Amino acid sequence: MEAYFDNSATTKVFDSVRDIVVKTMTEDYGNPAAKHIKGMQAENYIREARAIIARSLKVQEKEILFTSGGSESNNMALIGTAFANRRAGNHIISSNIEHASVYNPLGFLEEQGFEITYLPVDRRGHISLDGLREAVRPDTILVSVMYVNNEVGTVEPVEEIGRIVKQQNPAALFHVDAIQAYGKYEIRPKRQGIDLLSVSAHKIHGPKGVGFLYIDEKVKIRPLIYGGGQQRGLRSGTENVPGAAGMGAAVKEMYTDHQKKIDYLYELKDYASARLLELEGVSLNNPPGREGAPQIVSASFEGVRSEVLLHALEERGVYVSSGSACSSNHPGISGTLKGIGVRQDLLDSTLRFSFGLFNTKDEIDYAAQVLKELLPMLRRFTRK
Amino acid sequence: MVYQSFLIKYAEIGTKGKNRFLFEDALVSRICHALRAVDGKFNVTREHGRIYVDALEDYDFEDTVEALKKVFGIAWICPMVQTEEKDFERLTKEILAYLDQVYPDKHMTFKVDSRRADKSYPRTSEEINRDLGEAVLEAFPEMKVDVHHPDMVLRVEIRAMVNIYSQMIPGPGGMPVGTNGKALLLLSGGIDSPVAGYMVSKRGVKLAAVYFHAPPYTSERAKQKVVDLARLVSQYSGPIDLHVINFTEIQLYIYEQCPHEELTIIMRRYMMRIAERIAGETGCLALVTGESIGQVASQTVQSLAATNDVCSMPVFRPVIAFDKQEIIDISEKIGTYETSILPYEDCCTIFVAKHPVTKPNLKAIRRSEENLAEKIDEMVETAIAGREVVEIR
Repeated sequence: MEAYFDNSATTKVFDSVRDIVVKTMTEDYGNPAAKHIKGMQAENYIREARAIIARSLKVQEKEILFTSGGSESNNMALIGTAFANRRAGNHIISSNIEHASVYNPLGFLEEQGFEITYLPVDRRGHISLDGLREAVRPDTILVSVMYVNNEVGTVEPVEEIGRIVKQQNPAALFHVDAIQAYGKYEIRPKRQGIDLLSVSAHKIHGPKGVGFLYIDEKVKIRPLIYGGGQQRGLRSGTENVPGAAGMGAAVKEMYTDHQKKIDYLYELKDYASARLLELEGVSLNNPPGREGAPQIVSASFEGVRSEVLLHALEERGVYVSSGSACSSNHPGISGTLKGIGVRQDLLDSTLRFSFGLFNTKDEIDYAAQVLKELLPMLRRFTRK
Repeated sequence: MVYQSFLIKYAEIGTKGKNRFLFEDALVSRICHALRAVDGKFNVTREHGRIYVDALEDYDFEDTVEALKKVFGIAWICPMVQTEEKDFERLTKEILAYLDQVYPDKHMTFKVDSRRADKSYPRTSEEINRDLGEAVLEAFPEMKVDVHHPDMVLRVEIRAMVNIYSQMIPGPGGMPVGTNGKALLLLSGGIDSPVAGYMVSKRGVKLAAVYFHAPPYTSERAKQKVVDLARLVSQYSGPIDLHVINFTEIQLYIYEQCPHEELTIIMRRYMMRIAERIAGETGCLALVTGESIGQVASQTVQSLAATNDVCSMPVFRPVIAFDKQEIIDISEKIGTYETSILPYEDCCTIFVAKHPVTKPNLKAIRRSEENLAEKIDEMVETAIAGREVVEIR
């Protein structure tokens, strides 16, 4: 049996996504900028995808910018607005549990002379709202916070954060990294005070290499990529038609019968949590049930090294991740786990199980059975 | 492209008496193998103690030189122009055209070094040197003669054809792989063992390799990394059969039965035993390791002696007295460093004790190994029989 529980790293695509990607690669493969009918047909896919995405957020179509994925969206949001608004100030606020694609662009901006404040999080992984209120200054140009934490599934109080930012400094922009949240939540940027929102398609059963950035029409922003002036000059380069069309199809499917889908994910999460807690020496780091994101369970296994357990599970066809898959190549202890106060001896004993719509309870049962067999064996052999 | 041929000069194999043909054959075969990866068709021929590589069609000059630079046994790679023109005046014209093309900047000193294998040629070498030198001086006034330390030596060889060359690119030296038997390299994912393999291979030794895989403690990526390293080494050594041994059971058994601080030494003794068995089965006459004195607890002289104790084959440790930085320098030169430093755990570090023995007592180690008597032989047999062989070509 195979049980793929690494859906926060990436997902298998919906059939509808595969079909439209193939179609736009093999039949309707024109360049959307071409003057002929082949070009126009390709452009229609882009327009359709843009319309689907705009509807999912209740924003205008022109406020959607296609990108190469979550990392580019975050880079564009941070670097693009920082440089465009430099005259208004050079202070930026973020938190210390952000993804590397936020954290590292902020490091770059720091080198460029911007001042960054990193807010700490409490035991539940929430940034302190009082801390935020104090941190926002007249020269703050941007606040960037993640919606759902990718390691433990904490949900930040985005709406309140947006309100506080605007109260303290109406000119400051609010960027939300929604890469683990979009598709799971009904997001309403206009109501939640969000000016910029980053999304990646492959976390919601769409293709890799494509994502989008929502940019409120009032936001001043500069491009990262210059060239032929596509997408109103904000991101040059021939549009990734198969990617955009595939993302549109994924969004459409994700937000059809949305509540039912989310209920199903929570059902998997609750079931997995219960099965994991039946095992000896296991504790969970994710917020329980609906307090946290529907797709993420973070479990610590006493006396077992996460990487060894990961590979042992892999031998039995169970795929999970240790820390965040994107940064797992360089072993380092997760800032998030530390931030939320996971015990020192468990930091390197923690795995993330992340669920997708293709998962079943049978797979969870299988994984639980495999774990039950593996844990005693692995605990017998440890580094002394 | 001005060059259609390369003259390959070799050093040591010229001195090997009756075996010389064997060496030359091996070198020709290694050159042919190396050139298979290069765009273009080549003819490799042997003639009077030298080897010629002739391009039969358009080819990539840089790639060809790069490939030849990895063939052990080559001392010099000389890109060469050949002509059938023997009439001295017309030949001189061709040589001047050659110089003009190869040296756009002519501010240099030179001398002419000609040879006349064809003794019927109407001028002696002395005369050719003199007359050609004069012609060059006349054609390119910036060039000056310096017979002692010239910037450039223009070599002209009058044979069946006339060979003209003046550039000499250093080859890697050493001896052609296949001329000195075969050895089994214990390849880990680290920096040292690929370097050790490279060095032994440079002396003409053909390589096989063994890697100890310990899933789930070491990952598939760690194994892939070793395959990648073997592939990098094989650019020099030629084809390598990489034997992958599943070592987990043995390792855990040692873990359970023996004192923890002796774990690494005992493990390494079993690695050597298994390696020697595989060597025996695959025609290898020696083992090669990347051990270096004092680098880690298992590489103190005492530990090395304890590990060596189980081997009856010679164990070559070419980096034994090198500092880490010296080994790193070689690994950077041969292109294995970047891969070696990828951070995947290898099986030696998984259960390493906080305070492993650094001066193992051989008697104590042997006594500890008696605890393994019940199952270990069978486990070793199973591991050897179940090995996977990755053919790296």
